[in-house]
Amino acid sequence: MAARSRFPAGLALDTHKQQACGTPIVELALPAQVVLALDQGTGYGAEPVVAVGAAVAMGTLVARTDHPFASALHAPLAGTVVAIETRAAAVAGGRSVCIVIAGDGSDRVDDGVTPVPDADALSPDELAQRLRAAGIAGLGGAGFPTATKLASARDRRAQTLLLNGAECEPWICCDDALMRSAADDVVLGALILRRAAGAVRCVIAIEDDKPAAIAAVTGAIGRRRDDALTLEVIPAVYPQGAERQLVTTVTGVEVPSGGLPADAGVICQNVATAAAVARWATSGEPLLSRVVTVTGSGVERPCNVRAPIGTPLAALIAASGGYRGTPLRLIAGGSMTGRALPSDEVGLTKAMNCVFVATRDDIGARLGAVELPCIRCGDCASVCPAGLLPQQLHRAALADAHDALRDLGVRDCIDCGLCDYVCPSQIPLADRFRDAKRRLDEAAATAQKAADARQRHELHMRRLQEAATAEHRAFEDVRRRVRQPGDDPTDGAD
Amino acid sequence: MSTDAVVMAVLVAAALAVTLGVALGWAASRIEPDADSLVERIDALLPQTQCGQCRYPGCRPYAAAIAAGAAEIDRCPPGGAATVRALAALLDRPPRPLDPAFGGPKPARVAWIDEERCIGCARCLPACPVDAIVGAPRQMHTVIAAQCTGCELCLPPCPVDCIELRPVPAVSLRYRQPRAA
Amino acid sequence: MRFDTSPAPHVIAGYTVPRVMFQVLLALAPAGIAHVALFGPGLLLQLSVACVTALLAEAAALRWRGRDAAPALRDGSVLVTAFLLAFSIPPLLPWWLGALGTALAVLLGKHVFGGLGQNPFNPAMVGYAILLVAFPAEMTRWPVPMDVDGTRTWSELARMSFAGFCGADLAARWDGYTGATALDSIRNGLGLRYTLPELLARGDIAGTFGARGFAWINLAALAGGLYLVSRRIVRWHIPVAVLGGLLVPSFIAHGLDPGIALGPTLQAFSGATMLTAFFIATDPVSAATSDRGRLWYGAGIGLIAWIIRTWGGYPDGCAFAVLLMNLAVPFIDRYTVPRIYGRQP
Ligand code: SF4
Ligand code: SF4
Ligand code: SF4
Ligand code: SF4
Ligand code: SF4
Repeated sequence: MAARSRFPAGLALDTHKQQACGTPIVELALPAQVVLALDQGTGYGAEPVVAVGAAVAMGTLVARTDHPFASALHAPLAGTVVAIETRAAAVAGGRSVCIVIAGDGSDRVDDGVTPVPDADALSPDELAQRLRAAGIAGLGGAGFPTATKLASARDRRAQTLLLNGAECEPWICCDDALMRSAADDVVLGALILRRAAGAVRCVIAIEDDKPAAIAAVTGAIGRRRDDALTLEVIPAVYPQGAERQLVTTVTGVEVPSGGLPADAGVICQNVATAAAVARWATSGEPLLSRVVTVTGSGVERPCNVRAPIGTPLAALIAASGGYRGTPLRLIAGGSMTGRALPSDEVGLTKAMNCVFVATRDDIGARLGAVELPCIRCGDCASVCPAGLLPQQLHRAALADAHDALRDLGVRDCIDCGLCDYVCPSQIPLADRFRDAKRRLDEAAATAQKAADARQRHELHMRRLQEAATAEHRAFEDVRRRVRQPGDDPTDGAD
Repeated sequence: MSTDAVVMAVLVAAALAVTLGVALGWAASRIEPDADSLVERIDALLPQTQCGQCRYPGCRPYAAAIAAGAAEIDRCPPGGAATVRALAALLDRPPRPLDPAFGGPKPARVAWIDEERCIGCARCLPACPVDAIVGAPRQMHTVIAAQCTGCELCLPPCPVDCIELRPVPAVSLRYRQPRAA
Repeated sequence: MRFDTSPAPHVIAGYTVPRVMFQVLLALAPAGIAHVALFGPGLLLQLSVACVTALLAEAAALRWRGRDAAPALRDGSVLVTAFLLAFSIPPLLPWWLGALGTALAVLLGKHVFGGLGQNPFNPAMVGYAILLVAFPAEMTRWPVPMDVDGTRTWSELARMSFAGFCGADLAARWDGYTGATALDSIRNGLGLRYTLPELLARGDIAGTFGARGFAWINLAALAGGLYLVSRRIVRWHIPVAVLGGLLVPSFIAHGLDPGIALGPTLQAFSGATMLTAFFIATDPVSAATSDRGRLWYGAGIGLIAWIIRTWGGYPDGCAFAVLLMNLAVPFIDRYTVPRIYGRQP
């Protein structure tokens, strides 16, 4: 049953999963306050629909959106909106407008939260609509709204729903914990998503280093008796869980460069997202909480916690026994792609699957790294899961050679950080590539703006010229009319 | 080595040189760009701010002047050193610093009209080379920030000095870090 | 609490250039022991002069180029160059030739191109090739190894190595103690129209499985090389390709004409074969980039070495083979770009 990895390379890493995965999921008591960032990690924000001072109950809509890349937000606890202001957040740029809600300790639930009577009776379109309204977004780390993905899958007639339970990144194990404790939810959600995506089959892919999750999901699938619902055990290789790489491992088809998995006939969803869909279908509850791994040498008791979205990270860390030793970095995500956060006051986002509190024990090698010139050893190329030549990309990035960057495929870089990880010269390759991508974007935007300006200028000049000609003609007209013919011999010519 | 061999060697080398020379000359004549397309290519490297700081009435006239050899490549302050470098590469000339006589590089800015003070005289409208100002006589005027090039040409005509340049609003270039789950 | 916000990834494997270089030096140790046991302590003398010269030359070059010398000296790459050169030159070489070769290797082979990572040629082989062309007599005079029957003792070898190192005239006192290498002797013998079996029957050229003396060094280098491959410091592509490129043609040629063509075993265990395959050709800086490119690159080295050994004017063509293939690297890289995921080939 086990498939081979079929993407270019990858590497088996030290997973560090046992730290957090030994214990059952901890249910966090409702925090005193939550900080809901309007931008939940996709770079696009929702718009608040409540004002400061408004009373909210559990599940009250507090921010809505029409943007396909943003997701609606609901109050995860009953209480009062105490602030809507820019604060530190776990998003690109480090700041976002946040809605701050102080809890009143009650468990009042919004009237709008009622069980979905019959999810099976809803059409795929209605389903997607309801999922969007429930604020359901990818819980695997990207935070991308599920409904948007479903729509693109239906547009491209994707036939396969691929449920991503790979969880390949070191330190993170919230999906593993969820699959072990709520496999039936995962499977129920998978079936709903399959219908919403218009797919005919569903494959749940789990890495082979999670035998307990595999057993639980196998059992849940068995209880369903659905031939078009299967489990695929895949090798534990980083970055197996990256969308494109996973699609290739499971289906053997490559996602075209610059395309979406749906172009290869697949729509990917995370197992935790499926579980959230099941929660919504059974209780009508919008996305109010998620399971997050709190781990690293910097916390006392690494564990998985189910916590309301917006819970300040400090509260999560307190639930894990508090800080230990000298925490140096607070990382949202795992050790390979996680984003280091400036403070523990930021709120949990939908996209945040892990809070990794790193001490020198965890990241010492990186801290002590001294960059040397590239020795062209090729180690980076031999691990790159996108089949790139990072050493040459790096040369192009340093020279800011945009054409070379494009030809060498900087856009195909999935930012997995493996090249960086193996480079004996300790060059921060992944970050250089992120930078290069940003510069390419900027250059493209500037070029676009210049092209627009040129065009508008040409129109402007033409208009001025036409106006001038028209004025001239009008002037000549007047002259002809006021002068007597024959007055001026040169005038007869026209 | 006999003299014959030496003579042969010299002859072969000479023949080779002549052939290659002719071939290169022919190739050069084939790829000589015509003047128009050269103007296009120079224009493509100019920032299209249309500010006239180069003392030409816009980027394209300046491009034509460069192509005709009438102007040096160091007169465009909005483009800055990067544009001079790109021009130098295109024209195969040594890069040179920007000529300060034409102004210095400035941070990217866009115009902003203080709508409280605007009297709706509409004098700024024709001044804008890219029609980035909207408004009608006796109405309040507004700059479309996304289209404004920051050329400052709208400042002098305004009788009440209600136009000012402000830093470009945060670009919505959001580079999203994709994640391996 | 405030935290630092450095970019991902937050962990690295920690295989740094200095560690890699140290492992390479470690893997050379078995070959070094064999070398000293069979050819006397000349290698140690050459190593010391090469290392000192290399460090000095590196420091001087960095000074000239206005760089900070300390990190570059600590990265250890220049020591690897010194070691490889010292292993390649005869242990009897006068110290000033060793020093000259090393200085040329570091300056001409590395720094004129811009230092670590920039050199298109393997620096050690640049130094070696210059010495070989300029001083052919000195560069082909080796001690007769200990495993050739005779009445020599290791202490005598040691004294001779020291004398040679100081530049004394060896012919006067140690006439019977020096000679050509096995490959050289075979080439000369074949030139005098002896057949290969006749030459091998003499017993002073080759033993049971390879050249006298060199067989053991090659075996030790093979062991060290396999260690590097097992630690993944060297990937298998280049060594396998080099050996394939050398041994397959020699196997065929030997099958066709056993009278003059050296068989694969003899090829594999004489001269600098294993050193080249595992330590010299695998220098990443001057090798091809992609795995596929490295197969071509290695095969080219093996094949050229075989051609030079068979028809060329030098007994062991490894150095020239490496330099020639270094020259071909941009070409190989151009045509072996791996296919990017998601793109049409
Ligand atoms: S970060 Fe990009 S270039 Fe580096 S290994 Fe990953 S995909 Fe390849
Ligand atoms: S791993 Fe580092 S040193 Fe090696 S080729 Fe890649 S960038 Fe260069
Ligand atoms: S100075 Fe530059 S931007 Fe301004 S008009 Fe001249 S070429 Fe265009
Ligand atoms: S609005 Fe003013 S500054 Fe902006 S482009 Fe028009 S004239 Fe120039
Ligand atoms: S010139 Fe000044 S006052 Fe007149 S319309 Fe423009 S902004 Fe308003």
